[in-house]
Amino acid sequence: MAMQIEVNGKRCAVSYPPDTPLLYVLRDELGLTGTKYGCGEGQCGACTVLLAGAPRRSCQIPVSAAAAKPITTIEGLEKEGKLHPVQQAFLDAGAFQCAYCTSGMVMSSVVLLQTNANPKREEIVQFLQGNVCRCGTHPRIIEAVQHAAKMMQERAR
Amino acid sequence: MNTLRERLVAEPERFEFGAVPMHQFDLARREFFKILGAGIAVFAVAKDALAQETAPGSPSFHSEESPKEITSWLHIGEDGMVTGFTGKAEMGQNIRTSISQTLADELRVPFESVRLVMGDTALTPFDAGTFGSRTTPTMTPQFRRVAEAARNLLIGVAAKEWNVPPEGLVAADAKVTHPASKRSLTYAELARGKTLAQNLPAEDPITPATEWKIAGKPLPKVDGRAFVTGNHKYTSDIRLEGMLYGKVLRPPSFGATLVSYDDSAAKVMSGVTVVRDADFIGVAAPSAHEAHKALDAIRTQWKEVPQVSSKEIFSYLKKNAEPSSNERFRHQKGSLEEGLAAATHGLEVTYNVAYIAHSPLEPRAAVAQFADGQLTVWTGTQRPFANRDELASVFHMPESKVRVIVPDTGAAYGGKHTSDAALEAARLARAAGKPVKVVWTREEEFTWAYFRPAGVIEVKSGIASDGKLTAWEFHNYHSGMSAIETPYDVANQLTQYHQVPLVLRSGSYRGLAATANHFARETHMDALAHAAKMDPLEFRLKNLSNARIRAVLEAATRSFGWPRKKTQDGQGFGLACGTEKGSCVAACAEVAVDLASGGVRVVRVVEAFECGAIVNPDGLRNQVVGAIIQGLGGALFEAVEFENGRITNPHFATYRVPRFRDVPEIEAVLLDRKDLPSAGAGETPIMAIAPAVGNALFDATGIRLNDLPLVPSGLGKG
Ligand code: FES
Ligand code: FES
Repeated sequence: MAMQIEVNGKRCAVSYPPDTPLLYVLRDELGLTGTKYGCGEGQCGACTVLLAGAPRRSCQIPVSAAAAKPITTIEGLEKEGKLHPVQQAFLDAGAFQCAYCTSGMVMSSVVLLQTNANPKREEIVQFLQGNVCRCGTHPRIIEAVQHAAKMMQERAR
Repeated sequence: MNTLRERLVAEPERFEFGAVPMHQFDLARREFFKILGAGIAVFAVAKDALAQETAPGSPSFHSEESPKEITSWLHIGEDGMVTGFTGKAEMGQNIRTSISQTLADELRVPFESVRLVMGDTALTPFDAGTFGSRTTPTMTPQFRRVAEAARNLLIGVAAKEWNVPPEGLVAADAKVTHPASKRSLTYAELARGKTLAQNLPAEDPITPATEWKIAGKPLPKVDGRAFVTGNHKYTSDIRLEGMLYGKVLRPPSFGATLVSYDDSAAKVMSGVTVVRDADFIGVAAPSAHEAHKALDAIRTQWKEVPQVSSKEIFSYLKKNAEPSSNERFRHQKGSLEEGLAAATHGLEVTYNVAYIAHSPLEPRAAVAQFADGQLTVWTGTQRPFANRDELASVFHMPESKVRVIVPDTGAAYGGKHTSDAALEAARLARAAGKPVKVVWTREEEFTWAYFRPAGVIEVKSGIASDGKLTAWEFHNYHSGMSAIETPYDVANQLTQYHQVPLVLRSGSYRGLAATANHFARETHMDALAHAAKMDPLEFRLKNLSNARIRAVLEAATRSFGWPRKKTQDGQGFGLACGTEKGSCVAACAEVAVDLASGGVRVVRVVEAFECGAIVNPDGLRNQVVGAIIQGLGGALFEAVEFENGRITNPHFATYRVPRFRDVPEIEAVLLDRKDLPSAGAGETPIMAIAPAVGNALFDATGIRLNDLPLVPSGLGKG
């Protein structure tokens, strides 16, 4: 029987070999191209997805290792036409130039805010250190994460 | 205004413009006759455009030969939607937004009713490319003229309709109004059922920046939502029906030639197409992993040639300079001898600048499809028309049957001028008879793209006892001519650019050689200020009458709080300034050096930038801050290392790019000069960073660093 993975709440059959990096299955086989290839070497974070809620470099994970766990990609954040607060915050802060790093930045930030509702600047820097933005949008990305934290706290109230 | 031809004379360091395509194929003659015979060329031309720009006497839309540069036109639809067409490409510099603002502003329509078709050779007018900070200075006035003409045309239509003289009519809020009779018609109503065209007026009836309503505002990026949701389709995201994945077999080193070749194992793999054409070897397969496997199965042997390595590059460049008598490369004024004789203090220093890589996060990519005798290629390039022409020539097809489309791209920084990925995808698609996508790996990107060229710069100068420059001699070997001339007042000077044959594949990089030349000049000026025992700011102002540079220098130093008092060991402050491409920049930097470990941190940067009238302050700020951060990479640690034709650090793990921890506190001070035409802003903000940081490191440690990168591995212990 074909392997199955669960992406954004949907079961998907996978025909690619089990050692294929999850990134290629998502992008090429399932058409979820919001997750980006930036290096294929675990060095840039453009391919970040959530695997059972934890941030993972999908270019470094064989799809077989992802089979038992729910996967969330950038496409899975929007709920009923409403952006996730982190997406909204990136939009509000204009935290992108070419925006190729944005998916990875957003996914990483989502996890950060799940574990740390009110991160300090230093903590954001530390957490996003593995994500490359070649356009140099870092200050706005930090701003966006802080803005998202505020929005999420207000929502929780 | 310059003629088109003058404008197209590229800086000599745009080496990639003159380079032959990366691949030359031996396509059989029979093949291209087949292509030529099939199908008919159809250009999608906005025939029913109500207002359509055509130059007098030039009916062709692709008017490369036109005496007048046409690079934009627009269309107003029956639904009132306004579509602007430009051959420029969006790569993160936010011109899709700023041009839309300009169009909306001049046409007097809401920003939301404007959309732009960009970088599509079938739909947009010819454009030489998106480079050299040319988009804003050329597109802004052009779209304003086009929009103005459209507005007049709409007024004319309404006047005819109401049988009143056009003089009394007003175009505003997407409608034409006749205040006397209180009648009005929307643009949509006026456009209905019409096919009217209009030539450009001879004059420039441009709305002055002081009266802009939509331009000049910090509007958010067009389609921003598509980017935060991952919905935007970059080239590398495109998937076509039946599309294959392509991979190219790269030689083990630059210049290696193929000695033996065996593809028998790869050829028999199911669904795999193998192409060997001249020196090109590539495969296409139904999936990326199958393509990998096929590529691995090809056996090759290569003959390699010994080559220069990064360790000896600077002496090599100096030794191999071509004797040049080209006046274009030389600028002379007064007498250097007299100037040096009049000096009380002289200084002679050599500066070296390493190769660096653009490494945009989206690597080079292309999707190619042959269908009905037509080749369509989606690719993230800064020069769609040049790509089209190269594809047409390589595949022996008429240009009319080749279409290049540029989806908004994952950045370029001057690095995506060539058509490498486009040619590769098209060659494979041709052989496979199916669409093929090629996406370069990060390693390919670091190895087979082109680099910002290395350079050696020699400066010899003299100052009088009052701190006035008396002599200035400046030689740049290889890196380029951009901003090579000093903006300071020196009566006696000689500036020369010396060409050197390429060592690594080299070409344009954000700001070109302006960064190298500013690094050398501004580091040298700093050293002279110290020799004169003057404050670096005071010393510069004493030798500078350029009012625009003085203004940014004063703005930056004011915000920075120059001169600053040191409050701790290892602290240092530096500044630098300059001008290029119609804009001016000044940067102040604060650094902190850990005197025990030699670790270096840039703590704070204040940069003032002025590029005439600002079209979108929000987008501009993004560009300026981005340039500062990108500039820090080349200033501090970025360098391409190579040995014997191999890049030895072709990964993010070994080629260090700026990351969050490297980013200082940044303040961008934008000077809005509504009285000056808008200049481009993608490049100049990068130039002053390296010298400002280097000068701050000197201030902190007393160590003068004359090479870029400044501190690839810190300052060292002690
Ligand atoms: S693509 Fe996975 S970390 Fe860069
Ligand atoms: S916005 Fe271009 S890489 Fe981050």
